[in-house]
Formats: sequence, structure tokens, C-alpha cells
Amino acid sequence: MSEHSLLHDKILPIGTVVLAIIALWYAAAVFLNTPFERDQAQRAGNTISFSEILPRTMAQERPVLPAPHQVFAELWDTTVGKSITSKRSLVYHSWITLSSTLLGFLMGTVLGVALAVGIVHYQTLDRSLMPWIITSQTIPILAIAPMIIVVLNAVGISGLLPKATISMYLSFFPIAVGMTKGLRSPEVMHLDLMRTYSATASQTFWKLRLPAAVPFLVTSMKVAISIALVGAIVGELPTGAVAGLGARLLAGSYYGQTVQIWSALLMAAALAGILVMTVDIIGAWVNRRMGVKPA
Amino acid sequence: MPETVISAQKLDLTFETNDGPVHALKDITLDITEGEFVSLIGPSGCGKTTLLRVIADLEQPTGGSVSVNGLTPEQARLARAYGYVFQQAALLPWRTIEDNIALPLEVMGLDAATRTSRIKSNLELVNLSGFEKKFPWQLSGGMQQRASIARALAVEPDMLLMDEPFGALDEIVRDHLNEQLLKLWAKTKKTVVFVTHSIPEAVFLSTKIVVMSPRPGRIYEIIDCSALGTERSLDIRETPEFLKIAHQVREGLKAGHSYDD
Repeated sequence: MSEHSLLHDKILPIGTVVLAIIALWYAAAVFLNTPFERDQAQRAGNTISFSEILPRTMAQERPVLPAPHQVFAELWDTTVGKSITSKRSLVYHSWITLSSTLLGFLMGTVLGVALAVGIVHYQTLDRSLMPWIITSQTIPILAIAPMIIVVLNAVGISGLLPKATISMYLSFFPIAVGMTKGLRSPEVMHLDLMRTYSATASQTFWKLRLPAAVPFLVTSMKVAISIALVGAIVGELPTGAVAGLGARLLAGSYYGQTVQIWSALLMAAALAGILVMTVDIIGAWVNRRMGVKPA
Repeated sequence: MPETVISAQKLDLTFETNDGPVHALKDITLDITEGEFVSLIGPSGCGKTTLLRVIADLEQPTGGSVSVNGLTPEQARLARAYGYVFQQAALLPWRTIEDNIALPLEVMGLDAATRTSRIKSNLELVNLSGFEKKFPWQLSGGMQQRASIARALAVEPDMLLMDEPFGALDEIVRDHLNEQLLKLWAKTKKTVVFVTHSIPEAVFLSTKIVVMSPRPGRIYEIIDCSALGTERSLDIRETPEFLKIAHQVREGLKAGHSYDD
């Protein structure tokens, strides 16, 4: 057996890439923030050497590109350094976004599965719905998100639900497509087998089609949950929402708070990673329960 | 006098395909009596599997009539008169062996106690006791096919319809399963209709061999094998009686243009 260790398989390759990204990031920060320092010095009538510029590019208040340590300091300050009920806590804002992500993902999954079940069982639905489902995803979400918010607000629905609706709008699609494929995945032989048992359509669905679709569902859920997060963030932008990662991004760009923008971005990325990993772990557990041959 | 359980009269089946009609079965007339082991043999495209599928109500004939247990194939299927064994084991990969055998029993709505006892007795019958909790991929091809036979028998049908069940297995496993199947048949007294393209397999197992020929699929000859007796071991394949019947089947296939290009 060959050597397999956590260090060798995971930490080393991932760590190398992380270090490379940080090094590139520093280089880019220096390059992008230097013109501002030169400009400042010129206005003051000073000449400034590169060795004087270098430290200043990493400590600006509103840099074009904040240096990694500035972003991490902000992240630390707004997560660990603040009470989670504080309006300045990134944990608080993440929770606002996460809650609408999860609600939207749940609604999207239910809608996607329901559509797939209909499409597989009724040919009319297959023909009439599929083109609309595909069209729905060609409309830019940035264009349709404000309208969803406005329309729902007009009928008295506000708060979590409008944002979750946008998440649902994005996340139902991969679920519907993947689940349709999954429900159609049983071999002809297995369908014939159910017929020789004189199984009803619902027995064939519960005992054959649905379990066969589970691996397809898990894969589509991984895609769906990350775009549900995108949907929730996008949903916070046009509303002028006061809370949520989207609101942090928007506020940061209003006031030129690039450090705040970048820390919200990193937080969103971390959140997406955690969500996908959670689905992955649940998927692996389901696979084990369903007797999938270990790789 | 044993009863006729499957009776086909002037059966015709034409598939409409994009390349025009394909005459899969033509003028098939065949009677199978209770407790017989009947093999359908012939080259690919002779309609042997199609004939089996018509009996099982998986295909609809375009002419003639079939009766199974005196019923139409559909009524017989709804009455669960037969167990069907496919070319592959067709076990559901997410169910353990015992749960796979429970599948038809769940569909039938049997209670848990009956299911458990039928699973136990049928796994014993195919020598798979002790593999209840295994998943299909943990079993060899031959064991998987035995599990699928147990699943077909668990329905407690009057007859078994088997579509080249051992076609995908190697010859050593196949010989072994042939012997086991013959013992099983002697023990259960079920009527068996068995599709194969192996001459030795057909002669070894059958009481009657139906030689079919292609384009259009029709019956060329029906050969009686009762001369070989009912107690058979693999050794009888060396006997003159066995070789004589095997020769007769081969001649039948040749005369039916099975070897034409």
C-alpha cells in the first residue's frame, strides 16, 4: 500500500495554492495601490522612494485592492471582535443571508423535484414545461430580482420570503433537470421487472425511480445550494437591504470601503464552501446507506 | 394427463420500425404442458426472446392468440402466474440481497412475517443462505443470478420464464448453475420456459427443445428429450443419447438457415 496521509493528500497541495494566491494578492495590492501614494507625494511636492511606498500600499484606509492582512484583520474584528447581535457583526449578516439561502434552497428543491415528477409522468408537461424552465434561466437574475421584490412587496410580502424566492428561482433549475434525468435513469430491464410484478405506477416510482434518482439529486443539490446563496446575495442588492452579506457589499461600495467589501466576499465564499461540503457529507452518508460500492 | 399451461395458436408479431416492418414472429403454434422444461433455441433474431416476452405480456402479438393458465397473458401477469428471470440478474443495487427478494413481495402487499419466511426458504433453495445482508456488488455474477432466481421463485409462481439467464456467465459457473437449476426444477415441479443459444445447455436441461429459425422468427422443429430421463448429471453429456439429440438440434438449426450469412 502506498503512503497516504492528510499532509500529503490534502494540506500540501491546497496549502501551496493558498500561499501562491496570497503572494499574488500582495503583489497586486502593491501594484494597484502605488499610483495613489505617488499622487499624494506629488501633491505634497515630495519625491518618494519605492521602499517608502511599499509599507504604505498595505495600510491605506480605502485601497483599490486591500492587502490580505487588512481583510483578515477586518474579518477577525467583525466576527470574533463583535457580539453576534451587533449590526456590525459579519456573523449576524451571514446569518441573515444564510437563512434566506436555506429557505430558498428548500423551496427550490421541493419545486424542482415536483416539476421533475410531473415531467417524467406526463408527456404533456414534458413538452409544455421544459422550454419555460430553460427560458427562465436565460433571463438575467439582476433584471428579474428587483421585480420579484417589488411585486411581492406590493402584495404585502416582505422580509425573508422575497429574497428566498430569488434563491428558489435560481436553485430549482439544476434540481428539476437533474431529477428528471435521475427519474428516467432506471434500465428498461428494471422497468420490465416491475411490470412482471404487475406493480402500479406509484410502486414503480417509490421502489425504483426515486431510489435510482438519489445520486442525481445529491449532485444537483450541490450546484443548487451554491447558486441559492448567490440568489440570496443578489436579492439583497436591489432592496437596499440593511442586513445581509449583499447589504454589506452594497454599503461597502457606497462608501468606498473596499476592506469591508472584500471581507464580505470572503465570508460569502467560505459560506458557499461550508454549504457545499455539508451537502457532500449528507450525500456520502446517503450513499453508504444505499450500499454504494466504496471507491 | 398433465394440463396444457401455455398455448400459442398461429402467433404473429410484427414490429414497426423506421426501416420498415420487422417480422419477429410468424405462425407460432406451441403447447407447453404442466411440469415441462421447454427450451427455445435459435440464433439471434429468431424471436425466441420475443416469444418469451409475449407469454409474459411484455410484448403484444399482432396476430393469433396465446393463453397462459387458460387466461390471457395480461390476466396471467396480473395474477402473478410466472416469475421472470432476465439475461442479467437485474438486482436493485441499493437493496441488500434479502431486500431484493422482498421487492416483489412488497409489491404484492405481503406482510413482514410471510416475506421473511419466503426470503429464508428461497435463499436456501439457491444455496445463498448467509448472504442476506450483502449488497449485489459483493456477490459474483453467478451468485447474483442465483439471487435473481430466488427472487422469481419467492413470488411462488406456477411457472418460470427464463431469458438466457446464464448467457453472461463463464462456462464453469454455467455448468454448475445448470445442474442446480435441474435439481431445483425436480424439487419444485414448476413449468420452465428457458431461452438459450447454447445447444448443450438446452439438451441437458430440457424435456422438449423448440428449434427456431430467423427472418421471420418461426418454429422449425420440436425435439423431444425425454429419452434422457429426469435424473441427469453433467456426465450424461458424454452419452450417445445426449450427443444424438445435440446433433439433431444442430441439424435443425442448420436446416432452418441459422448458419446462413
